[in-house]
Amino acid sequence: MIKTEQLTKRYDSLTAVDDVSFHVGPGEVLGFLGPNGAGKTTTMRMLAGFVTPTSGRANICGHDVASEPLKAKAALGYLPEGAPLYGEMTVRRFLEFIADLRSLTGARRSQRLGHVIEHLQLGGVLDQTIETLSKGFRRRVGLAQAIMHDPPVLILDEPTDGLDPNQKHEVRTLINDMARDKIIVISTHILEEVDAVCTRAIIISRGRIVADDTPTGLAARSRYHNAVSMQLEQPAQLAAARAAVAALPAVAEVEVSERDARLTALPRAGATILPAVSELAVRAGLKLKELHLESGRLDEVFRTITA
Amino acid sequence: MRNVGIIMRRELASYFATPLAYVFIVIFLFLANVFTFYLGHLYESGQADLYPFFTFHPWLYLFLIPAISMKLWSEERKSGSIELLMTQPVELSEAVLGKFLAAWIFTALALALTFPLWITVNYLGHPDNGAILTAYLGSLMLAAGFLAIGSCMSALTRNQVVAFILAVVACFMFLLAGFPLVLDVFRSWAPQPLIDAVASLSFLTHFESIQKGVIDLLYFVMLIAFFLLATAIALELRKAD
Repeated sequence: MIKTEQLTKRYDSLTAVDDVSFHVGPGEVLGFLGPNGAGKTTTMRMLAGFVTPTSGRANICGHDVASEPLKAKAALGYLPEGAPLYGEMTVRRFLEFIADLRSLTGARRSQRLGHVIEHLQLGGVLDQTIETLSKGFRRRVGLAQAIMHDPPVLILDEPTDGLDPNQKHEVRTLINDMARDKIIVISTHILEEVDAVCTRAIIISRGRIVADDTPTGLAARSRYHNAVSMQLEQPAQLAAARAAVAALPAVAEVEVSERDARLTALPRAGATILPAVSELAVRAGLKLKELHLESGRLDEVFRTITA
Repeated sequence: MRNVGIIMRRELASYFATPLAYVFIVIFLFLANVFTFYLGHLYESGQADLYPFFTFHPWLYLFLIPAISMKLWSEERKSGSIELLMTQPVELSEAVLGKFLAAWIFTALALALTFPLWITVNYLGHPDNGAILTAYLGSLMLAAGFLAIGSCMSALTRNQVVAFILAVVACFMFLLAGFPLVLDVFRSWAPQPLIDAVASLSFLTHFESIQKGVIDLLYFVMLIAFFLLATAIALELRKAD
């Protein structure tokens, strides 16, 4: 359980995090979204006990971060932004160092070391120094460090930042694997990530929570929620098609993209337009390459909320 | 306090993972011998003691100790690894102490490698080995004092060069606290008791009194404790900047 109450951090004149309160329960994967500089990292640092809040409190699994920092940190696995590590150490020495700091001993120590090495596929680089590793491997070492002691709570600050698509996929698979029995908070500014791993998303802007919803719920706020998008085979039909679709009573607006002969019909609030539009396409003899129903565009919601 | 040992071992190993440790030890031994033989005239003095060796230690340490201490915290802050370290279940005091001890043990190792000089004077004559041992202890305490100051300066900045310069200047002030160079700054405005207090902080005075066999340990212990505490406070306030 993660709980924050009116968490606030002020630097001189700047309020980085302003009155942020939320709860995260078991089984939840919370995505922390926001533009750069919105206060995501500062909030996570306060949860991890690295930054002291100006006011308000944070609680990890029943332990107040300010009054019982060691117990809170023991319940927490944390990946700092950019996954800083000790570059001159070998992967093996580094993981052993973390295992020692996490007070793992004996059979449990070797079992956990074996587990994280296998799980993050670090077997091949154990005796390489960390500074010689690729970005993807470094991030994996950072993740290995965070899950070393099998913590009930994981806080990962931009776990996929700077990784290539394959590496991103690996990290997301990993997060999904762990999601069943842990509380996970990840921060990101990549919106596809929210769909890929999160059960809930909090959008933060200028230090304040501006939205707290499921990814589907957020997408439903989009103008494109339940919009119908179709691509025509013959661009020449575009103008006629536009006029016909715009004339439908439930359609609020039509957007046309000449480049790929695509037409998007936006519904009036709450209306369903797919049957009407598809019927119209058949009736008007439009040759379609493709037709689909949009669930909503997160990037558009994100821009509207944080602008 | 188990963590002090863990952090200390990691830190100590990191010295030897880069050329830093070897470069430092070679330069330290080279300069120590240059000072002893060319400036201290060990042979020419005709005395079988290590006075010419120890007498230059404050000046040797003035530049070499900040070179070790500068990376203690600046590097952690610059690379961001301080965030990794301080989000482990570790007390700040354990980290400060562990890193300080690692640097001190490393210096002690460099100092221990000067043992051929000790063998030499024992071969040449009959030195007072008790006095030599005390002088080694004094030198170690002086190094620890410089390291504690350097640790604090390193905690103040992310830039190692700035940490180095701050440490050299601060160590220089402490070294010469009993001399007119420093005291004149206070003389114009400070009351006499304050001037006396500043004068009593001088490293040179305390180092020399250790050399003469008087263990001025308490002075060094208090000074080290003060600067390590200041390190912790500086980190607490600025670690996330």
